[in-house]
Amino acid sequence: MSAIPTTSTLRRVTHQRRLVAGAIITSLVVLLAVVGPWIAPYGEHEIVGKPFTHSGSFLGTDYLGQDVWTRVLAGGRSILIISLLATALGMVGGILIGLIAAYVGGWFDEVLMRLNDVALAFPQILLALLVLSAVEQPEWWMIVLLVGASHAPRVARLARGVALGLVSRDFVASAEALGESRIRIVLTEVLPNMSAPLLAEAGLRLTYSIGMVAALGFLGFSTDPGGADWGLMINENRLGLLVLPWGVLAPVIVIGIFTIGTNLMADGITQLAEKGEDA
Amino acid sequence: MTSDHIAEHDETSVQNGEPAQQPDGERAACTVEDLRVGLSGRDIDVVDDIDLILEPGEVVGLVGESGSGKTTVGTALLGYARVGALIEHGRVLLGKRDVLSLDWKEVRQLRGQEIAYVPQDPASALNPSIRIGPQIVELLELRDIGTAEERDERARAGLAEVGLPNDDEFLRRYPHQLSGGQVQRVALAMAFLPRPKVLVLDEPTTGLDVTTQGMVLDTMGQLCRSHQVAALYVTHDLAVIANIADRVAVMYAGRVIELGPRDQIFDSPAHPYTRALLDAIPHLKQARALSGIPGRTPAPGRRPTGCRFHDRCAYAEDRCAETEPGQYEVGPDHVARCLRVDEIGSWDINIGTVPDTDPDKSRDVILSVRDLDIFYGRKQVVYDVCFDLARSECVALVGESGSGKTTISRCVGGLHRSWTGTIDFEGRELASGARQRTAEDRKRIQYIFQNPYLSLNPRMTIEQIVKRPMKLFGVAKGQQATDRAVELLEQVALGPGVLKLQTNRLSGGERQRVAIARALAAEPDILVCDEITSALDVSVQGAIVSLLEELRKSRGISMLFVTHNLALVRSIAARVQILQAGRLVESGSVVDVMDRPTEDYTRQLLENSPSIG
Repeated sequence: MSAIPTTSTLRRVTHQRRLVAGAIITSLVVLLAVVGPWIAPYGEHEIVGKPFTHSGSFLGTDYLGQDVWTRVLAGGRSILIISLLATALGMVGGILIGLIAAYVGGWFDEVLMRLNDVALAFPQILLALLVLSAVEQPEWWMIVLLVGASHAPRVARLARGVALGLVSRDFVASAEALGESRIRIVLTEVLPNMSAPLLAEAGLRLTYSIGMVAALGFLGFSTDPGGADWGLMINENRLGLLVLPWGVLAPVIVIGIFTIGTNLMADGITQLAEKGEDA
Repeated sequence: MTSDHIAEHDETSVQNGEPAQQPDGERAACTVEDLRVGLSGRDIDVVDDIDLILEPGEVVGLVGESGSGKTTVGTALLGYARVGALIEHGRVLLGKRDVLSLDWKEVRQLRGQEIAYVPQDPASALNPSIRIGPQIVELLELRDIGTAEERDERARAGLAEVGLPNDDEFLRRYPHQLSGGQVQRVALAMAFLPRPKVLVLDEPTTGLDVTTQGMVLDTMGQLCRSHQVAALYVTHDLAVIANIADRVAVMYAGRVIELGPRDQIFDSPAHPYTRALLDAIPHLKQARALSGIPGRTPAPGRRPTGCRFHDRCAYAEDRCAETEPGQYEVGPDHVARCLRVDEIGSWDINIGTVPDTDPDKSRDVILSVRDLDIFYGRKQVVYDVCFDLARSECVALVGESGSGKTTISRCVGGLHRSWTGTIDFEGRELASGARQRTAEDRKRIQYIFQNPYLSLNPRMTIEQIVKRPMKLFGVAKGQQATDRAVELLEQVALGPGVLKLQTNRLSGGERQRVAIARALAAEPDILVCDEITSALDVSVQGAIVSLLEELRKSRGISMLFVTHNLALVRSIAARVQILQAGRLVESGSVVDVMDRPTEDYTRQLLENSPSIG
């Protein structure tokens, strides 16, 4: 009873080393992507030398002779923003489906979740490719929609599982007995108790989003074909892998580090939630 | 080797037909000396200064409330401390050997074979994928004792001893094919099979119905005496201890605060804590004004200096806070850790006795239930139940698990919808589910749940929880609501300090008080209480019951009280409805039903209910 709840929460968070490490790594990569375009030594499309040579800054040049370091600095923004938005979309959609299915129950739950299973069975990347190849020029919001939509059924399964354990709890029954509105029960009684597993899931989904957006970029479906993009860079420079690997390795490493960071954070949040339960 | 043991046991039982009353270090089965278990890495004790002697053929009851360290002592006898705790010093002597100084291989040999353990929840201790037969002889197999036929024979003999069938069909069953009582008796048979010298039982009957509990306890007592096994029975339930133990050790905050022969402990308890515990226990034969112990049991690390009970003790003086009391002899083999043990006078169990509720009192019926049939899906679980509830009256629904008592209460509270029949509230018929009822009906009938750990939203503050019904029913708003919340929390003895806390900062008893405050916030006329004290310690139960009694008298609230505890019914209710398998078997005023039961089932329940006095 000694400490004020907020400070003890803060202390618990800082005591969680995984979480702190993950947060630092993630924010470093985000920082790189955000301020990168301003600190880049050359222009995004500037030719600084012959392809795959050590001209330009320390990472050399890419397949067109553009500076790799510059393109790494410039190519993060779009991929991170698209991934974040896609993750947010997928989470919100999935949580809504899962929560409503669990709370309403009965045949509604059954029908909704079977439809969800159908969506789950459809390969994520295939759906994206199908749609993207049908349009002339992919817009950034299409990628957000497609990646988000491919996450939603997976998040829905988890959300339903977590919510099922909560809707049968007595505090929900108690709110029902008081005659609380159903929306209020879902939003104030059930949802806040799901935050820990859902946050962890969000971390994981962010990782998948980055992977998928990068994969789409690699396959050539990026919003700005000539522009710098970590995923696209891997595709563009793969021919020079043996000559000068940095054009491929640099974006791979940054994506890898970011993935590790977000996953550490997700792990940390999960552990924190587990500890928090018996506090 | 086995036959040696039996011969040895027979010899002792011949010499000493009666269980020994005099503790005697020479022939003790197990001696605990100066035991201390602490939290590893910190200078905080979980239990300290424990001295116990267990004699062959004797059942020693180790009783204490949650957090007292009783289970820690129990498992320390097997040389085990849970993760995060460490046995710091002390000796557990088994004959000449000290269990605590043996290396782990020897301790492993010892466990099960010489010191056996019966866990609280046998269902989780038996492997669900191994059949009963092989499971019982597993230990013998592991130690290579006997041939396969001999082991099979011993398993059958063991099952016969605990009163279970021992045919092939039974041995082939899986644990999930047995009832709770049967599983517990299988666990007992397993524990006795290697003929241990010492048996540690950790609340083995918690969660069993009274009749099953009675059977398990009888079996255990007989086996201990016939095999001359020294048993340490760890429990929170004083009534059970009163029925089976030869000697009783009372624990509080990591210390044994009183130790003595059973009759001494229950007739003339010396320590204020023991007295307060006994004051909190309801009796079967007579209604009592139950009282709780103020405050809460301190957790390890938060325990006060001096006498650990002084901050909750009615007799405490200044010196109690400073001097740690030693053991004072108060009678033959009867010691208590209290500085003022000679000054606090004698104690009489009948002090708390109050007259039973007058059965002929006039009744103003507020709720009446007629021809209630309840269904789960297509299955009918309750048949033709009729009863009524008067203003300012407490009616108890009593039965074993599966009797439908909770289901009935949920229908009254509007939480279960598939029922037929009528529930009239002040002459108006109530709709089946809470959502179909009017706000007025929902407000006036409030439901309190069994488990306060599940019934309060862990993400909300106490203030939000208590104020919500006020807002919902328009009882109070804004500052007025806050004032009322403070007032209610004071009424349930919590105070405004908890307003901003979340429930995980509170103990079980405190949570249940918050639940009661939430129910009262709606200003109800009827409280439906579903086993609301069964998850709580007796001293907390005492406090909650006296709180409800006070509310019933001062506010004229009627209560429908669901419980399995007949002794509690005697103290709290005016009328009682006995249920069996969904049907009402007997009903009437508490005095009539409990003093002059007409049905066999009621008599059986009363006989099996453990009670003191």
